Amino acid sequence: MSESYTASRNKFLEEVGNQTSFMFRFFRNIFRGGFDWGELVRQCYIIGYKSIGLVGITGVILGFVLTLQSLPTLKDFGAESYVPRMVAVSVVREIGPVIIALICAGKIASSIGAELGSMKVTEQIEAMEVSGANAIQYLVVTRIIACTLMIPILTLMADALALVGGYVGNNVGGDVSAVLFYNKSFSAIDFVDLIPSFIKSIFFGFAIGFVGCYKGYNSDRGTESVGVAANSAVVSASLWIIVIDAIAVQLTSVLAYN
Amino acid sequence: MYWLIINEHMETGTDTKAKEKKQAANDKETVIEIRHLKKSFGSNEVLKDINLDLYKGENLVVLGKSGEGKSVTIKCIVRLLEKDSGEIKVFGEEVGSMSDAELKKLRIRIGFLFQSAALYDSMTVRDNLEFPLRKVLKLKDEAEINKRVEDVLESVGLPDAADKLPSDLSGGMRKRIGLARTLIVNPEVMLYDEPTTGLDTITSEEISELIVKLQKKYQTSSIIITHDLSCAKITSDRIVIMNDGAYIAEGTFDELKESKDENVCAFFKQP
Repeated sequence: MSESYTASRNKFLEEVGNQTSFMFRFFRNIFRGGFDWGELVRQCYIIGYKSIGLVGITGVILGFVLTLQSLPTLKDFGAESYVPRMVAVSVVREIGPVIIALICAGKIASSIGAELGSMKVTEQIEAMEVSGANAIQYLVVTRIIACTLMIPILTLMADALALVGGYVGNNVGGDVSAVLFYNKSFSAIDFVDLIPSFIKSIFFGFAIGFVGCYKGYNSDRGTESVGVAANSAVVSASLWIIVIDAIAVQLTSVLAYN
Repeated sequence: MYWLIINEHMETGTDTKAKEKKQAANDKETVIEIRHLKKSFGSNEVLKDINLDLYKGENLVVLGKSGEGKSVTIKCIVRLLEKDSGEIKVFGEEVGSMSDAELKKLRIRIGFLFQSAALYDSMTVRDNLEFPLRKVLKLKDEAEINKRVEDVLESVGLPDAADKLPSDLSGGMRKRIGLARTLIVNPEVMLYDEPTTGLDTITSEEISELIVKLQKKYQTSSIIITHDLSCAKITSDRIVIMNDGAYIAEGTFDELKESKDENVCAFFKQP
């Protein structure tokens, strides 16, 4: 029992140490010369542009379902005119960034984890290192920065589409003009809602990129480890998103709303 | 008959020819010098006491069973793995004490062909070959890049493979392209990790002959890790035999083949 506890504790501490060291390597390599801007643009295209469909559909359905679910309850209180405001505030402040980050953790973190894991297994990363190329800068830095840039943009896009979905949902059970719906929606949102949410999604993006790269880059040998890297990348990134969200909500409450 | 047992056998030094050979070796320029190299993975001591010299312009074959630590040795040379103790000097400089920048410069001078060829599978053959030129040598001149790519593809006998993806290549072709990608930066030393593993006999011989041909063309010094006798016979100027984490014998292919030592004989009894 005691030995098992010691082994688990040591493994946990080792993992924390490795992740910290990996993060230092990431930051150190951002500022080293020879940064590959072309690869960064390619990663932004893969991570950002190729996720537009998934994120867009998720955003529309998010707003649509949220409206349909809340409309009957608010109707009972005669407060259906509050639906646009409620949808706007809840999507922009909380649900939009978190749901989109979780969706992206599933799509992007797993894809990065599997790709780098597969490169590790087939010795491609070692080949890159031994050739004298900076593998961390080429493979890791570009991916993490691309995630950090693209996830907030995808989140903003999803927020906007969620309002479209909300408008459609509102018109399924009633008759509201688009102008009225969006006027009411935007009247409820302020920069104090948008900015913390945007900053939060930057951290979500960083977590998704970092965890995906860490799990892939440090995967074990063997084909099984590629699956393990992809899977643990999704699980860890999702967990990080929840933790970051909890911290962000606390900070926002203290700094923005007091 | 010439062959000598390294480590304790060598130190007894009764064989005159061995002494002469040692003297001759001392006259040659040493490119890689390994002394008392040890490396363990947990409780598994893989390299127990490795002593090895690679001389300029020679093809040195390291022959040994799988799992003996042959690949670990060459990975320690380029610091893909960190040694536990001992000395590794490449071009006269201790590898273990090099800074990142010094290590990068050293790695450019050493080519490493992986067992799996390790081609970047998301890139075409041309992109694979251009990668070290653009990212490591920082070449910008498109004409020079194209010329180097075409030259090296010609050298490995695959002039029309530039636009193919690694997934479209056979095992032998992948090895050739891996070799081309390594040679395109004109390394002074080549480290081959099981260059013929997984290939049929004919392709293995072709790759072995290619190694010899390219060694002459590019004037490299090479360490070839293998357990393939045919490859060892074709490529070697000198062979060292590895057993149980240490080198036990050294000599030419013919010398070792005639050896009476049972550990050495075991390698040459392969069907």
